[in-house]
Amino acid sequence: MQAAVITFPGSNCDRDAAVVLEAVTGRPPAMIWHRDTNLPKLDLIVVPGGFTYGDYLRVGAMAAHSPIMREVVELAKKGVAVFGICNGFQILCETGLLPGTLMRNADRNFVCRDVHLRVETSDSIYTRKYNAGSVTRVPVAHGEGNYFADQDTLDRLDGEGQVAFRYVDTYGAETKAANPNGSQRNIAGIFDKSRRILGMMPHPERLADEKVGGTDGRAMFESLLEALS
Amino acid sequence: MTITPEIVKSHGLSPDEYKLVLEIMGREPNLTELGIFSVMWSEHCSYKSSKKWLKTLPTTAPWVICGPGENAGVIDIGDGLAAIFKMESHNHPSFIEPYQGAATGVGGILRDVFTMGARPIANMNALRFGDPKHPKTRHLVSGVVAGIGGYGNCVGVPTVGGETNFHPSYNGNILVNAMTVGLAKADRIFYSAAAGVGNPVVYVGSKTGRDGIHGATMASAEFSADNEEKRPTVQVGDPFTEKLLIEACLELMATDCIVAIQDMGAAGLTSSSFEMASKGGLGIEMDLDNVPMREEGMTAYEIMLSESQERMLMVLKPGSEPQAKAIFDKWELDFAIVGTLTDTGRMVLKRHGEVVADLPIDPLAQASPEYDRPWVPSVKRPVIDLHDVPAHNPLVALKTLLGSPDLASRRWIWERYDHMVMNDTVVRPGGDSAVVRIHGTNRGLAITTDCTPRYVYADPHEGGRQAVAEAYRNLSATGAKPLAVTDNLDFGNPEKPEIMGQIVESIQGIGEACKALDFPIVSGNVSLYNETEGKAILPTPALGAVGLIDDLDTVTTIPFKRDGDAIIVIGETKGWMGSSLYLRELCGREDGAPPPVALHREKREGEFVRAMIAAGAISASHDVSDGGLLVAIAEMAMASNTGCTLEPPHNLAAHGWWFGEDQGRYVLTAAQDRLPEILEAAQRGDISARVIGSVGGDDLTLTGVGAISVSDLKQRNEAWLPDFMSSPDSNA
Repeated sequence: MQAAVITFPGSNCDRDAAVVLEAVTGRPPAMIWHRDTNLPKLDLIVVPGGFTYGDYLRVGAMAAHSPIMREVVELAKKGVAVFGICNGFQILCETGLLPGTLMRNADRNFVCRDVHLRVETSDSIYTRKYNAGSVTRVPVAHGEGNYFADQDTLDRLDGEGQVAFRYVDTYGAETKAANPNGSQRNIAGIFDKSRRILGMMPHPERLADEKVGGTDGRAMFESLLEALS
Repeated sequence: MTITPEIVKSHGLSPDEYKLVLEIMGREPNLTELGIFSVMWSEHCSYKSSKKWLKTLPTTAPWVICGPGENAGVIDIGDGLAAIFKMESHNHPSFIEPYQGAATGVGGILRDVFTMGARPIANMNALRFGDPKHPKTRHLVSGVVAGIGGYGNCVGVPTVGGETNFHPSYNGNILVNAMTVGLAKADRIFYSAAAGVGNPVVYVGSKTGRDGIHGATMASAEFSADNEEKRPTVQVGDPFTEKLLIEACLELMATDCIVAIQDMGAAGLTSSSFEMASKGGLGIEMDLDNVPMREEGMTAYEIMLSESQERMLMVLKPGSEPQAKAIFDKWELDFAIVGTLTDTGRMVLKRHGEVVADLPIDPLAQASPEYDRPWVPSVKRPVIDLHDVPAHNPLVALKTLLGSPDLASRRWIWERYDHMVMNDTVVRPGGDSAVVRIHGTNRGLAITTDCTPRYVYADPHEGGRQAVAEAYRNLSATGAKPLAVTDNLDFGNPEKPEIMGQIVESIQGIGEACKALDFPIVSGNVSLYNETEGKAILPTPALGAVGLIDDLDTVTTIPFKRDGDAIIVIGETKGWMGSSLYLRELCGREDGAPPPVALHREKREGEFVRAMIAAGAISASHDVSDGGLLVAIAEMAMASNTGCTLEPPHNLAAHGWWFGEDQGRYVLTAAQDRLPEILEAAQRGDISARVIGSVGGDDLTLTGVGAISVSDLKQRNEAWLPDFMSSPDSNA
């Protein structure tokens, strides 16, 4: 599997994603600077977390208009897997690769802590190593992760199995207390129709190493390795 | 323009200091030159009141690569690596404009560290706020925490820990002390001494605006009721640019272009250029027209005194300019050649083709005033007899203490900070020390910030010793070998002999403890005039300390790990009540001598605890500090959602045993089958170690007294801060 991680001005989880990709796949990902447009042959593109362009306009809005994202959209159309984490998810929504938008957290505060996610389907290249319905622990760290879309879009996401993860309590129940940001229907991550594009606010790359507190996120990278190799 | 006594006064210079200015200049200075003297000789930049005493601090050890005097301290951590760190205050700006004041405090300390060639790997902070009941307190907590998070989260450096206190003495003068720790190759450290006549002086980073003019002078004066008017002197931070500046500087540092580099912090272009020239024994000629500017029509005075953020000054090797410029172009940052090094020893500044300032560098930078200010020793307080302190039911007292502002959980604060970015946070906030992994290795750095201002107020000497000892314990409790300290000395007006007495005695105490514990001071910052309307803060010499963990597999944390583990207290308990939280929160008293620190015992106990941790004998550990033994044990229980059963004390009143704040103590847990080796080692080392109970169940049980559920305790401990932050705004 050949993966790439894109670095924008202000990306700050690019190294974290690269370290985990290399640890799991045994192969360092290509690090792509946002002005590069000549991409190698790729199976997976990771759009990492951070504060691209300071998020001074609307989160992800500036990065969505950079030349590299035009390339990413083209490659996504050709079936290359695209994985947006945190700010990467916000960017994918801004480019239109995923529906909806991420608003300011409901309590208006940045939040960094472990949350519990229910894996809604194991039928995807990202989640095949998880059991559907299982609960996994992954950290969030964002100020604007409050997922919003209109009711029709939400119904469609639900109806077509495009919700990848929901915030739940440790028992798997979708409660208000388990939702760290006020996201509609406790949505933490969504697929596109093909399920080859995933955007999620939580950071699976941050709990993929026993030393930093857990490995629940590692199965996502193992899923990708199995599916894309 | 003629310089009148009023202009001199408004620049914070005394008549005597102005006389010295005239002597050095040999003529009357113009306004730009006066402004430069003013910031260079401000307390903030010159340490004129504290220098005499700072010199007495121990600053060397075989592992110290660079002590105080550079942008930050540098220590050798083995394997060809160095840790670079410092703590710095941003108190006055944070009180006036909490979000930007705190944010730019973080930005400034980050630059101090990456200026020297280190990638910042962790941020910490030490915060002091006023009485929670004071109408401004919540607004200040909210703004400061958001500002620290807003900056640190965006630059992508984890904020891994810190400390927060509340006390009415900070009502008009909060303290925001920020610390950064960075990692560099030991043979790739960058310094600020300029070298090479004719070499280009280069400005990089953000453009210069009119913000923060005279910030350093403001930070060197007492506050008065009109401080709201000083809002325009607070700088505005741009963490996005800082992130680019970090990456661009580190990329440039990997090449061979840089001769010297210095960030533009307090007093901006003035102090950075003077420091570089002075350290190199050279002169600089600068054409201010080439300084990237954000605003039209800026004067030389404004350009030199601006404290616009995210800027650096460097001296490059001749001919390397194109290579360096390409890197800054890539990161979309300004790059401007603004001057040249000369051999004149003078700073010559040009604007619009004319010389607008011409000053000798050394007399300004090095011959700044140094005062031996009069001071009086602090008055010793009586030792409080335990029998004169009422005994409350220990479980009731515990509940009260855990829900009090100084002991309540800080979770609400640290969840506002990204404490995991960089993926090397091994011990997250909430423990004794934060631990970050040295990237790509199985070694780590433990980091802590400590000071107990109420002890320092009660006895500056003993309180200074205690701050060092507590930092030493917090590092030891995780298994880290304590290596070095950075100090951030926050005090009131040094022109008052009793305040000067606090400064002198606490520095003496800190020095004594650092010497005894092989724990040198490698960097620091002094913040004086922390007074409003004549009322000083509690003396607060905040310390940040770093320790090394050779094997991350041995890191020990505070949560209980296994039912059945024995609970052991290390150190002696006599029931010290003076200046304790029990006395304050249960009895409404803040009197009494603070607990004494026995430094030789601290060292022995620290070594013992580290040895036991390294041997894998310890399952959990925690130092005993604010609130005493029962609070420490309850914190271990709450961190693990697990109860314990504790035996009553022998020969000591229960409230003294459970809540006395005797120093030099740890709580350890261990599997029963490791107990004999631990107790035997303690006996060999002449260390007091006593088994007082065991881990298990859902309740914290005191044999013969009763039980309380750990989840109740936790609920109470965690509720205070979120409730406080969400209560209706009484100041609206």
